[in-house]
Amino acid sequence: MTELATTAQAKELHARFYHDVMSMPGGEKIRICQQCGTCTGSCPTSYLMDYGPREVIAAFRAGMIDRVVKSNTIWLCTSCYYCTVRCPAGIKITDLMYELKRLAIKYDLLPEDSKNPALTKYFVNSVHKHGRNHEVELMGKFMLTKDPGLAFKFAGLGMKLFMAGRLPPLAKNIKGRDELTKMAAYLEAEEAKAQ
Amino acid sequence: MRYLYYPGCSAEATGKAYDISTRAMMAKLDVELAELDDWNCCGATSYFSVRELESFAIAARNLAIAQQMGEDELCVICNACYTTLAKTNRYMADDPEVFKAVQGALGAVGRTYDGKVKVRHVMDILVNDIGLEAVAEKVTRRLTGIKVAPYYGCQFSRPMGTFDDPEFPTTMDRFFATLGADVIDYPSKVKCCGGMMMLTKAEGALHMCHELLKTAQDGGADVIVAACPLCEMNLEAYQPKVNKMYGTNFNIPVMYFTQLAGLALGVEPNKLAIDKQVVSCDRVIAAIPA
Repeated sequence: MTELATTAQAKELHARFYHDVMSMPGGEKIRICQQCGTCTGSCPTSYLMDYGPREVIAAFRAGMIDRVVKSNTIWLCTSCYYCTVRCPAGIKITDLMYELKRLAIKYDLLPEDSKNPALTKYFVNSVHKHGRNHEVELMGKFMLTKDPGLAFKFAGLGMKLFMAGRLPPLAKNIKGRDELTKMAAYLEAEEAKAQ
Repeated sequence: MRYLYYPGCSAEATGKAYDISTRAMMAKLDVELAELDDWNCCGATSYFSVRELESFAIAARNLAIAQQMGEDELCVICNACYTTLAKTNRYMADDPEVFKAVQGALGAVGRTYDGKVKVRHVMDILVNDIGLEAVAEKVTRRLTGIKVAPYYGCQFSRPMGTFDDPEFPTTMDRFFATLGADVIDYPSKVKCCGGMMMLTKAEGALHMCHELLKTAQDGGADVIVAACPLCEMNLEAYQPKVNKMYGTNFNIPVMYFTQLAGLALGVEPNKLAIDKQVVSCDRVIAAIPA
């Protein structure tokens, strides 16, 4: 199917996506999608997406997965898993969305107006630093760097939550937090070996 | 009864009341919860978006510690933690490559996990281990006349549907019926609240919350009960923003299901962290017959 993609980048993304999906358990089911649209019809955010989940699979088949990787679609998936449980072919569509998010981050193909990739990165950084997600640090960093306006809008609610003891300012560090970075380093090294 | 317990990161911040009320409710049911040693973040949906194997590995570190502690089950309260940890088990079982990679990563930090610790949602334990009959015997303040809208959210039973139906779960309905509540039926109980999208594309998430609040109110709900910190936060704390966007007037109490259940089981309100809710629950508490 690779020959369908035209530019070098489109070809690379297509090959990478194909390889990664086929190595997932049940990934080969993407071949039996009959374009029924149950996924798109079940998706609570498809009305906001450049391409609905059904079109994602159609685009892949047409060698145009690069367009989807660059679109807002993947960053609007909330992981509600409705598409996955309803797909008559048993395609794990939510997992396809995760794969596309990973490709977009890896190849730095992030839509300009999307704030979700930054939130994702900050979340991972917070966990690597503390071993747990420190919500206050995550929300604070996100708002200050990506959406200062949101910090103002959030101020009233933030104060209410703070007064209710729901925004503890200090992070708790787990003892084995270096284990998380070590495991990540191990897996990265293994991946590099395999390629 | 005794369970190893994984609170999750939100239980230390925005969802603190979920942790406090779970412990108090379980104590009333004579269940001891022992916290997992040095647990780490499950990875949630964010890790899956960066590196898949890493997300399984960090989730598995918790399960490896549980195994090391000699336990074969882990009680989880947050829907997202529940699905992430259970999904890790499933993928390790289904895919030898994932199993090998996770074992390798754990081995790099001197740990091991054989994939056999069962991940259990607290609702699963309540209904299937403790049992509704035993719960009914412990009720001291029946929730008679309280119209409860159970809100399951997504990752309670999707994608795996291990202990309840992915499309039409009923465990929370049955649990609150057992506590004497008037459980309402409304069409959005498994629809998405928007999750993290509240921070990244608020209008989309507010749209979803509006539908949830509207259908619960139309169904006559006095209170919405949630089983996930993110769902609870979105549904409760963002009501003023929904009102501003849609010209509505929502002021619906939203509680963790463990808070309302705790009241029915005779726990004092101050032991259930009900003062942490931003929409007052006073009228719900006052309406419970003494």
